[in-house]
Amino acid sequence: MMPAATPSDAAAPDAPPGPWREFWGYFSANRGAVAGLAIVVAVLSLAAFANVLAPYPPELTNNAVFLKPPAWQEGGSWAYPLGTDAIGRDMLSRLIHGARLSLLIGIAVVALSIVVGIVLGLVAGYFRGVTEIAIMRLMDIILTLPSLLLAIVIVAILGPGLMNAMLAVAVVVLPHYVRITRASVIAEMSKDYVTAARAGGAGRIRLMVNEVLPNCAAPLIVQATLGVSTAILDAAALGFLGLGAQPPLPEWGTMLADAREFVLRAWWVVTFPGLMILVTVLAFNLLGDGLRDALDPKLKR
Amino acid sequence: MGRPPPPAVLRFLATRLSLVVPTFIGMTLLAFFLIRLVPGDPIETMAGERGIDAARHEALKKEYGLDRPVLVQYGIYVGRVLHGDLGKSMITQEPVVREFIALFPATIELAVCAILFALVLGIPAGMIAAVRRNTVFDHGVMGVSLTGYSMPIFWWGLLLILLFSVQLGLTPVSGRIEARYFVEPVTGFLTIDSLLSDEAGAFRSTLSHLILPTIVLGTNPLATIARMTRSAMLEVLGEDYIRTARAKGLPRWRVIALHAFRNALIPVVTVIGLQVGVLFTGAILTETIFSWPGVGKWMIEAINRRDYPVLQGGLLLLGVVVMMVNLLVDLAYGIINPRIRHAR
Repeated sequence: MMPAATPSDAAAPDAPPGPWREFWGYFSANRGAVAGLAIVVAVLSLAAFANVLAPYPPELTNNAVFLKPPAWQEGGSWAYPLGTDAIGRDMLSRLIHGARLSLLIGIAVVALSIVVGIVLGLVAGYFRGVTEIAIMRLMDIILTLPSLLLAIVIVAILGPGLMNAMLAVAVVVLPHYVRITRASVIAEMSKDYVTAARAGGAGRIRLMVNEVLPNCAAPLIVQATLGVSTAILDAAALGFLGLGAQPPLPEWGTMLADAREFVLRAWWVVTFPGLMILVTVLAFNLLGDGLRDALDPKLKR
Repeated sequence: MGRPPPPAVLRFLATRLSLVVPTFIGMTLLAFFLIRLVPGDPIETMAGERGIDAARHEALKKEYGLDRPVLVQYGIYVGRVLHGDLGKSMITQEPVVREFIALFPATIELAVCAILFALVLGIPAGMIAAVRRNTVFDHGVMGVSLTGYSMPIFWWGLLLILLFSVQLGLTPVSGRIEARYFVEPVTGFLTIDSLLSDEAGAFRSTLSHLILPTIVLGTNPLATIARMTRSAMLEVLGEDYIRTARAKGLPRWRVIALHAFRNALIPVVTVIGLQVGVLFTGAILTETIFSWPGVGKWMIEAINRRDYPVLQGGLLLLGVVVMMVNLLVDLAYGIINPRIRHAR
């Protein structure tokens, strides 16, 4: 990804660009990242205004319209623009409400793993020694195991359901945050400002939270954005396997699991939920890549 | 090859090998304690809905060592694991290891096809994208690979079935081979066994069953490998020795094929190693969609039947396989890459 504009083009010529302007200069030059941001905002709006936008409640069934095709196809009607599923629920309404669940999953998983990851990473990076070895070994083991397999086993043991699926995915993605935090902490600890703060009498916890952590923010923000897409994808996979959100919740992966048996006669119940997953995940990946390029100009060479 | 390897290599090998033991211990700990998180009493879980009387309950508790301290139980567990005993399936009463060995070739066959598919398409695509940087082709490759990377493969499989099996009628929907063929299992790999058998058409049937699962499972690795090859090539193409080679007057394709590609391959090899975990993750979904009789489908069925020994054993066995492959890749990498070979 090469930016078309250099920072000096993007900023006013007389004043040095502020960090936000410089960031926006890099970010807005990346068309993919802007597209990703636009889609993320769109999906967020779907989720926020689901009650207003969706024509029907997501769980409302209508016995008269089983597997009705989308409006533009023969037999479809504009009362159900994207058709209905096997028990007569409106696909469009379910997809819109699904945005709510998927974003909730993505954000909750990332929030949980980032908080635990930062704490473990700070502890490992700051105290070193046996603590560090124990934490990092555990993270290596989690990374070695195939991620979905571990998540599946965790959910199988805790019992299927949305909460347990989110917990399992959070465990599986945890090592990335621990590694990033630890690496940044170790790099930052040797710098002069930390020594200075220490000499100034700053306590350990204060030093970590006030001085070191803000300097690890950029890689964590990037990882968090990319992490939302992983979380949505993994949780949808669990839903597809019957281990995540349970019917009748309109989670996109769970909807696909319900739709599997109709693959031969109702393409729309199979196509749309997956398309929503793909577009949302793709948008978060584009956004994450754009953030990485914009926040870390060093990488761009 | 005749002279002894330099000590740096030995030191590297020793460090890397010494990491295997704690990782293995950690995995057994994880497998052992995860299963203990199952809510309820393990004996009652095993007995199922029929229930069990108190005397039998005590006897079974003793038999399984559940009356002893947890650490002792863990020790017994590790001892059994080291002897290749991972318990028995609660449903079939078959040893977990035996079931795993019977099903694993199907998974390997699928995974090997998928990684070959990813390499054959991904490496050239990434190379050409790097050489023709910022052209339409480059943007196309990057766009497609980001899409492949974001793809929910369980949906991708259904779409391919919808298109190729339902609409066009070109490929079978599920299984490894048509039911009318009987192929003697020799290696467990149907592509080989079907050639060894005298059933005409069996090989063709095997291949046609492999196509869609291969594409589905290969999509994520393909995306990663194309991206990785491109960025590795871009890095190498900017190096001094490439400029030197060009300045010497070597033709462009020769520089790319001989000098740049060979060096770009090193990070790519590492990525291929890292794909093993991705492949097993994908195999669980792919095997479920295509009713592929491998270990992924086996584990999903174990969940539905609450067959905990299979889950525990499968997790540990797949974990060990991934660990061993990562180890081999690291060793190969250390031996190939002069920067590590001569590192102090």
